[in-house]
Amino acid sequence: MALLEISSLSIQFGGLRAVDDFNLTVEKGELYGLIGPNGAGKTTVFNLLTGEYKPTEGVILLDGVDITGKSTIEINRAGIARTFQNIRLFRQLSVLDNVKVGLHNQYKYSAFSAVLRLPSYFSTEKQMNEKAMELLSVFKMEGEADTISANLPYGKQRKLEIARAMATNPKLLLLDEPAAGMNPHETQELMDDIRYIGENFGITLLLIEHDMKLVSGICEKLTVLNFGRILTQGDTKEVLGNPEVIKAYLGDD
Amino acid sequence: MKNMTKTSKDNLTTILMIVAVYVIVMILRSAGLINSQMDGLLVPLCVYATMAVSLNLVVGILGELSLGHAGFMCIGAFASAFFSKVFEQSMGVFPRFLFAILIGGLVAGIFGFLIGIPVLRLKGDYLAIVTLAFGEIIKNLMNVLYVGRDANGLHFSLKDAASLGMAEDGELIINGPLGITGTPFDSNFTIGFVILLLSTVFVLNLINSRHGRAIMAIRDNRIAAGSVGIPITRFKMFAFTVSAVIAGCAGALYSHNLSSLIATPARFGYNMSILFLVFVVLGGIGSTRGAIIASIALTLIPEVLRFMADYRMLIYAIVLIVMMIVNWNPRSRAWIQAHSLTKLFRRKEGS
Repeated sequence: MALLEISSLSIQFGGLRAVDDFNLTVEKGELYGLIGPNGAGKTTVFNLLTGEYKPTEGVILLDGVDITGKSTIEINRAGIARTFQNIRLFRQLSVLDNVKVGLHNQYKYSAFSAVLRLPSYFSTEKQMNEKAMELLSVFKMEGEADTISANLPYGKQRKLEIARAMATNPKLLLLDEPAAGMNPHETQELMDDIRYIGENFGITLLLIEHDMKLVSGICEKLTVLNFGRILTQGDTKEVLGNPEVIKAYLGDD
Repeated sequence: MKNMTKTSKDNLTTILMIVAVYVIVMILRSAGLINSQMDGLLVPLCVYATMAVSLNLVVGILGELSLGHAGFMCIGAFASAFFSKVFEQSMGVFPRFLFAILIGGLVAGIFGFLIGIPVLRLKGDYLAIVTLAFGEIIKNLMNVLYVGRDANGLHFSLKDAASLGMAEDGELIINGPLGITGTPFDSNFTIGFVILLLSTVFVLNLINSRHGRAIMAIRDNRIAAGSVGIPITRFKMFAFTVSAVIAGCAGALYSHNLSSLIATPARFGYNMSILFLVFVVLGGIGSTRGAIIASIALTLIPEVLRFMADYRMLIYAIVLIVMMIVNWNPRSRAWIQAHSLTKLFRRKEGS
């Protein structure tokens, strides 16, 4: 059974059908890319998947469970985590605390034991610190654990967002333009990191990206969106060779 | 001790600071160096500092502007004073005051929860306006509330004392605009200190826990907090209610230090709520220690400068504006960094 099955997903904003009859099947462990020109509706698909928007039509199945129309919190608990195109960190919190917020639903103790500093507080906090450091080490950011996240350089802010999303222990991780604003060196690092996550954490990845080097480098399959509709989908090589796709990106001769 | 993080050291400093001030005041007091005017200020100081800690939780940690915090204090004050009046004869001083404080906090907490349900759906300016209105409503409601007691039990009225319909032997407990008179003087500086210390420890421990992180995550980015599975409404309600409980306890401390408890604008009006906000802003939004220091400084300054007490609010305004300019202007910040004491010393060493 596929991890994610989306069938005939649509959303209408007034007279605009931002996403129209969207179908997607992502198998477990796949690295899947969602590409398309600006305004094609890619981020809208992410917002529909995470419950930020409620779809007008269509069904979303995660691991066989219907998550259509559920709240963002329920969907996160069901196993979808995401990053944002415009970075959304908890800017006044430290890098470590950002990841620990992600661990909120995994490691629990009561407010009572927090206020009275009972043993369960200390033992759970210790586990949280260890887990958070482990996630930061994936991105080689252990040294910056105490830095206030707003003070991180841009590339590391993007990586911290991924670490925070991974902290919620997702089955499916949605990355919204992870390489946006990164230089080629940072992009290369990010590609290695994404591959590492896919291989070692058992997380399936669906990503939106404009950087074609990254897309062709790591994505196994692609779906191309244009004006809210699927232009084509399939193996990366075939899709990128498709004249329709080139036309959508570069325009008609 | 050596494994302590920076934040827990910071918190320990705050707590030690409060304890140190208490010890110093107690020593000065026993040496007879505190005049009666200052002595009378000690309990209000604890009340205001506790209110600053409480409001800082909403404004600094949750990041929502509440302008009605004097309302929660008002509820705590009346609920606890009412309790003490009813059980004045039947309980010992210590258990009665302990229960009075708990009841003040509990009733204020219930109101905080109930008001939080509609209010926390709003954000920013809208939330500020509604909480402002709430504070005023509570104050005005207390001015028309009559409660009396006779052999048949309690009687309530919002009209006048006569409409309570009490028997001859009835006793008026809350007398509308005249409030509650004759509340036992149970408050003292030591109890005030304990309440301030407990609320500070409570809030600091809460901030440095998964619950506190969730609340601050909502403050910093609501959408991102939702995306990592933080139940936003629940934690907003939680922070708001806890803050109301602490304000209620401060109110209980306040009312048991007054011979007559009247819901006057000067005590529970919006000026008071703004004053609490000034404590929080001046202390550095989000800093519990700063809020406590600011509350003490701003309560003492007008007393020391009594001859210009009428200009107190003017001074607040000027101090606030100056603080904002100094804190937020990049040029002044750079200047402060360049001229900080540590830098100065280092430069001298080098030359």
